[in-house]
Amino acid sequence: MRPLTEEESRAVFEKLANYIGKNLIHLIDRPDGAYCFRLQKDRVYYVSEDTMRLGISVARPNLISLGTCFGKFSKSGKFKLHITALDCISKYAKYKVWIKPNGEMPFLYGNHVLKAHLGRITEDTPEHQGVVVFSMNDMPLGFGVTSRSTVDTRKLDPTSIIVFHQADVGEYLRDEETLF
Amino acid sequence: MGRRAKNKQPPPENLETKEYSKPRKRKADPADDRPRPAKKSKGKDTVTSKTKSKINTSKKGPRIRFEDENPDSSEGWEDVRDGAAIGDLDSLLGDSDDDLLRGPVQELDFGSDADEPAPLPSKKSKSKQGGTPPSEIVPTAGSSSSSPDSDWDEDERTTMANMEARSRAMDAQAAADAELDMQEFQAADADDDDEDADVDMDRPDDMNGDIDAEPFQLPTAEEREQEKITTPDVHVVQRRIRECVKVLGKFKRLAEKGRSRSEYVAQLIMDITSYYGYNEFLAEKLFHLFSVPEAIEFFEANEVPRPVTIRTNTLRSRRRDLAQALINRGVNLEPIGKWTNVGLQVFESTVPIGATPEYLAGHYMLQAASSFLPVIALAPQPNERVLDMASAPGGKTTHIAAMMQNTGVVFANDANKARTKSLTANVHRLGCRNVVVCSYDGREFPKVMGGFDRVLLDAPCSGTGVISKDASVKTNKSERDFTLLSHLQKQLILCAIDSVSPESKTGGYIVYSTCSVTVDENEAVVDYALRKRPNVHLVDTSLEFGTPGFTSFRGKVFAPSVALTRRFYPHVHNMDGFFVAKFKVEKRAKTKKPAEEAGTVEIVAEDGTVESQPQEDIGFDSEEDKPYLEEAKRRRMKAKGLRPPPRTKAPTVSATVKASA
Repeated sequence: MRPLTEEESRAVFEKLANYIGKNLIHLIDRPDGAYCFRLQKDRVYYVSEDTMRLGISVARPNLISLGTCFGKFSKSGKFKLHITALDCISKYAKYKVWIKPNGEMPFLYGNHVLKAHLGRITEDTPEHQGVVVFSMNDMPLGFGVTSRSTVDTRKLDPTSIIVFHQADVGEYLRDEETLF
Repeated sequence: MGRRAKNKQPPPENLETKEYSKPRKRKADPADDRPRPAKKSKGKDTVTSKTKSKINTSKKGPRIRFEDENPDSSEGWEDVRDGAAIGDLDSLLGDSDDDLLRGPVQELDFGSDADEPAPLPSKKSKSKQGGTPPSEIVPTAGSSSSSPDSDWDEDERTTMANMEARSRAMDAQAAADAELDMQEFQAADADDDDEDADVDMDRPDDMNGDIDAEPFQLPTAEEREQEKITTPDVHVVQRRIRECVKVLGKFKRLAEKGRSRSEYVAQLIMDITSYYGYNEFLAEKLFHLFSVPEAIEFFEANEVPRPVTIRTNTLRSRRRDLAQALINRGVNLEPIGKWTNVGLQVFESTVPIGATPEYLAGHYMLQAASSFLPVIALAPQPNERVLDMASAPGGKTTHIAAMMQNTGVVFANDANKARTKSLTANVHRLGCRNVVVCSYDGREFPKVMGGFDRVLLDAPCSGTGVISKDASVKTNKSERDFTLLSHLQKQLILCAIDSVSPESKTGGYIVYSTCSVTVDENEAVVDYALRKRPNVHLVDTSLEFGTPGFTSFRGKVFAPSVALTRRFYPHVHNMDGFFVAKFKVEKRAKTKKPAEEAGTVEIVAEDGTVESQPQEDIGFDSEEDKPYLEEAKRRRMKAKGLRPPPRTKAPTVSATVKASA
């Protein structure tokens, strides 16, 4: 376990900013104590400092996870957000998409969000913007990237893709082996 | 994870309805007064036919249970009652009603319902009950049972799909049966009163109408050997089990002359191994945990799946909201019981319960009801440091984290790295941010980190409490496994105790639990810990049900406080067999005192100050010791064959030494 290097933190923050924008500072400045990012075996964990200090006593090979896993660095140095980060992202998300009940299961199976399933969308969402996908009763289901801006979506036909799938909570079941 | 397992699961039973059997965990004698099993109707045709019909009625127990679960078929229950009421009109008030009462009880053949009113119809039902094999005993034996009975056998496998239709058909039949009963009973009643009366007195064997007419004979040892080679007939075995249970219940009166009790027991155990498929060692081990009829009930209960239960994740949702959301998805559920406010029992579901969006979003966890218990006993408080020593797949860990409201820190350890994946997945899915997952051997623990406020040790165990979940336990556990496991458990519990900080302001507790029912994995381990760590004592688990742990078992005597531990049984509580013990760690006594001063040590430990007692000056007085040293030296020299120097001074002292030596 070690703190992120300059380069790594830039990669992480850039990725996060794609979803939560300026709210990023809320992740660092929290009223309920200091939180920090730590790297352990390619994975980036977001953890309160108290927990982190206690976690130090666990040897590196034996430490599996601490706090919340945000994602992992690929071998080429790119950062990939995992579904486990959904908790924090959804709280601060700038742009949101709500999908209808009939679209929930297709999305949870890893499919993109179609226009037919679109329930609501934040106004003025730009193109290729990271968005968090919610069900109609405000349950975060995953996140993705918009294919069109809100204005453009109106012209699309119902079967066209609105949000490209990036991660969904179904991965807890599908990818349990590789996720952690 | 849970998804696949769930799909395999047959319809669940109501947790509560099963609890009727709670008060009967210790078989009362009155129960034994009733020769339970294989009494055949007394050769009257009418009675036999009635027998069958009555069996049908009486077997309503489980059926009613299913109906109960079905909200819209709640009137099914009413129907039955109505039917009975019609019967009542025929005259004989109370009879069919009585039947209803008896229904659920008789479903376990050896059930002894101490509280059951015993008017004359009860005899009747006895005589009826025997003829057909008890439905639950008979997964494979279809042959000689009468048609209503085999009908029932299928009923056991009621699926969600056909349930409603079935229950309706049953209700109709039940009503008809009740009526028929009534008439027949009246007819029969007149002339078989006296026969009935002596059923209880006689050896009932001579009345075995259907299966075979000759009286029950305990096979000799040779016959038993013989039978081991050939495959025994299920019916014979079944009947023998019943007979043995009966004889063992009233041994003096019913036993054959010249046969010892142990012969019956040996026969019974052998039959259990062949009938339920246990290996001999395990069958014997489990058999001796209970009274004879209760043991059979236990084995029966292990054949039936436990209800599906889920735990609300209070970090994400509330139970009422979750229940509403799931009901909207077509799940039929209900709170488990009063003892938990986060548990829900799932009766039936049109969607896979382990793959709903709510599940994936972490609003609940699929978890057996018994797994709630250790965490409830542990009662973690916010801002504590808690260790879960063997935590995969994380049901209890996440429960702990939820109870601490994501404050403090939870160390979730599991020795098996592969299993930490599902543990991590569950921790993240349920949104527990205060969890550190690590993979150590639990025995390394105080070295890795100590100073915990609470430790939960859900020890690796033989799984004899969860045979209904994993039947492979029946055959793959040997004596050696038990030795190894209990050894490991003893090591782990000491490590757990050592990991707890006695200075903890809010805590200092350890909960030890296993999903096993055997004594050497439970009470023996607890007793061992108490002996090894004098600064630890047992406290109440704060679980309001469960049977107290054994304070003595087959010659082993444990500390009396072991009665504070709690055991849970599948046949009594309708949850997995489970054991929970809660310890409190006190400060260690500062000075190492010899064992005989244990009493004072405790006092010291309790008020935390050593100085409170008047202490005399303990130190070396070389003058006083001198003659003793001298004497010891002489003896040593003598032992080496040397001649000791003549005794010079203080012969009196050495004389006293000799005297004392």
